[in-house]
Amino acid sequence: MRHIISILLENESGALSRVAGLFSARAYNIESLTVAPTDDSTLSRMTIVTSGTEEIIEQINKQLNKLVDVVKLNDLTQDAHIERELMLIKVQATNEARDEVKRLVEIFRGRIIDVTDTTYTIEITGNGEKLDAFVEALSAITIHEVVRSGLLGISRGDRVLS
Amino acid sequence: MELTGAEIIIECLKAEDVDYVFGYPGGAVLHIYDAFHKQDDVKHILVRHEQGATHAADGYARSTGKPGVVLVTSGPGATNAVTGIATAYMDSIPMIVITGQVPKPLIGNDAFQEVDSVGITRPIVKHNFLIEDVKDIARVFKQAFFVATTGRPGPVVIDIPKDITAHKVDFKYPEEINMRSYNPTSKGHPGQIKRAVDIVLGAERPMIYTGGGVILGNGSEQLRKFTKKLGYPITQTLMGLGAFPATDRQSLGMLGMHGTYEANMGMHHCDVMIAIGARFDDRVTGNLEKFCPDATIIHVDVDPASISKNVRVDVPIVGEVVQVLDNFNKALEQTDRTPNAAALEKWWNQIDEWRSQDCLKYDRDSETIKPQFVIEKMYEVTKGEAFVTSDVGQHQMYAAQYYGFDEPRRWINSGGLGTMGFGLPSAMGVQLAHPDDLVMCVTGESSIQMCIQELATCTQYGLPLKIINLNNGYMGMVRQWQEFFYDKRYSNSHMDVQPDFSKLAEAYGHVGLKIEKSVDVVPALEEAIVQKDRLVFLDFITDQEENVYPMIPAGAGMNEMILV
Ligand SMILES: Cc1ncc(C[n+]2csc(CCOP(=O)(O)OP(=O)(O)O)c2C)c(N)n1
Ligand SMILES: [Mg+2]
Repeated sequence: MRHIISILLENESGALSRVAGLFSARAYNIESLTVAPTDDSTLSRMTIVTSGTEEIIEQINKQLNKLVDVVKLNDLTQDAHIERELMLIKVQATNEARDEVKRLVEIFRGRIIDVTDTTYTIEITGNGEKLDAFVEALSAITIHEVVRSGLLGISRGDRVLS
Repeated sequence: MELTGAEIIIECLKAEDVDYVFGYPGGAVLHIYDAFHKQDDVKHILVRHEQGATHAADGYARSTGKPGVVLVTSGPGATNAVTGIATAYMDSIPMIVITGQVPKPLIGNDAFQEVDSVGITRPIVKHNFLIEDVKDIARVFKQAFFVATTGRPGPVVIDIPKDITAHKVDFKYPEEINMRSYNPTSKGHPGQIKRAVDIVLGAERPMIYTGGGVILGNGSEQLRKFTKKLGYPITQTLMGLGAFPATDRQSLGMLGMHGTYEANMGMHHCDVMIAIGARFDDRVTGNLEKFCPDATIIHVDVDPASISKNVRVDVPIVGEVVQVLDNFNKALEQTDRTPNAAALEKWWNQIDEWRSQDCLKYDRDSETIKPQFVIEKMYEVTKGEAFVTSDVGQHQMYAAQYYGFDEPRRWINSGGLGTMGFGLPSAMGVQLAHPDDLVMCVTGESSIQMCIQELATCTQYGLPLKIINLNNGYMGMVRQWQEFFYDKRYSNSHMDVQPDFSKLAEAYGHVGLKIEKSVDVVPALEEAIVQKDRLVFLDFITDQEENVYPMIPAGAGMNEMILV
């Protein structure tokens, strides 16, 4: 099953490679990994999307907790949570495609953030499925470039990771 | 007062009560070596290879419970230390390894003798640090010792660029430690402890299964009390030997691949298993699908990640062994319930029947020296009181099987990584920590050659080790597998070209003896002990084809042992 693990870790050189190294050394799966400093610049917040049997997920959580740089972690998928991903996508926009793309962007609540005679660059956020669906909807259009941020997650309600 | 980084390092070691540092100099650590030269509170032991330094520090740590300390230079110094760091990591041994680094401005430039020591060691340490400012040295050392020695212990590497060891700053060793991300103290959950005691008292076919964690956590006394109070059978892993006395009737000996028949059968058929400080290693469990089909499993460990890793457990208890066992013992004292005497009697009868197989029997009358015979006689001659280190192979298994350890921290071997070359240097660390005790190293003609250069270190520091070389002319353990599973195709496992070990020992300034007949075994051992102040190398020419029995072959269950 797919799990989203949210981690607070020391914002120190090497902390990222400890986490990444753990996943490769123990042959755990990483679908995506995002990391950036938080409002407290001594801490980073990382979101990892992984998958595995319940036993493996339990081990991943325990092994992450053992890393000295990890301050706290939470498996978001255990409770109600919000997932968001940002995608930037550059497509061919000529002739009738120009209107077609615009319509699709509206339907998916994206934004066109850069325009040339022949291309649009679109920004769109949502969960992974929505972004996949958008790319799918563009199947008749020539896609030049896709940049995805990887997933970010946060718990619903008043639960916080701190 | 302002001190240089190098001087601060010495002060930190003093503050941590370090008496020995095992090391080898080089460019990146010259300032530190100069600081060593100007004091004699912390003694430096000069090894002959950095692997030897790590194993020596490791042996020191295993035999005392205090962290071992290593100092090596950058580049090849650090890479040579890697095997020893991994060895300590796999067995959770507290160790501090200080590696020199090229000056900070040169890092990343492929400078002379530069390697990314923090990167190379990351997967084999509990934690590591790169010091980037002289102001950080004291704090990092404080944290490093704390991390290495608390919770589930392990090695910590501190990488220090050369320029930083020359910079100056006011020194003050921190009294307190503040690490928001590391909180190792854990107390077993009272509810779980109560549940466990209930299950333990209801058992009909109980087994206590303990590992290295009991030794690392200094829980031997509490374990004895617990086991004696219940009257239950106990089996210990290779790493756990000595926590409970081998000579006690309740001890079934070691379990696992080369464990005793009674221990493995007992495990397989038990209805309640109490696992303490053990980690269900694959060399213990055999085929997991066939593992202990009827057991309700209680598992006590300080490391939550060890629980339910390989085997699902029913009652997990995360906590220090001493604390949890104290609570178990208290609960047993307070309750009116007692173990099920009738069921227990039946269970012991069954165990005694398995025991009567005498699975460790061998030809005791053989004229050619049997390796088991040497260990048995070594046990008798030393009254079981020696510190015994070992290398890796058949001789290691014989030592574990035939030398009955009654006390913890007496049996020193590389269990997790299985590092050939460990025996001799680790014995040096043990001897330095216990100058008046008898320290013996059981080895094989192949293993001993991996760190043989340390014989010179023994000469330099007058370490009177007794080396028991079980010389079967083969990488015996490899040959055994080739005999069983590769139709006796002995590919590259024959050590037919060997030095004359007794002459080699003499060349290093020691006493060397070659022993070829069983009748000469005891006199040779006695002679070695009489030569109290000398290192004596006993080269026993043993039966080449002897195998380690009993054995759980790969893929089999614990109830499917091959007996002699
Ligand atoms: C550094 C290292 N290399 C290879 C091995 C694989 N190995 C395990 S036991 C063994 C043979 C050991 O031979 P010896 O020291 O003579 O002991 P014996 O089994 O003959 O008692 C080998 C090569 C190892 N454990 N460690
Ligand atoms: Mg051999």
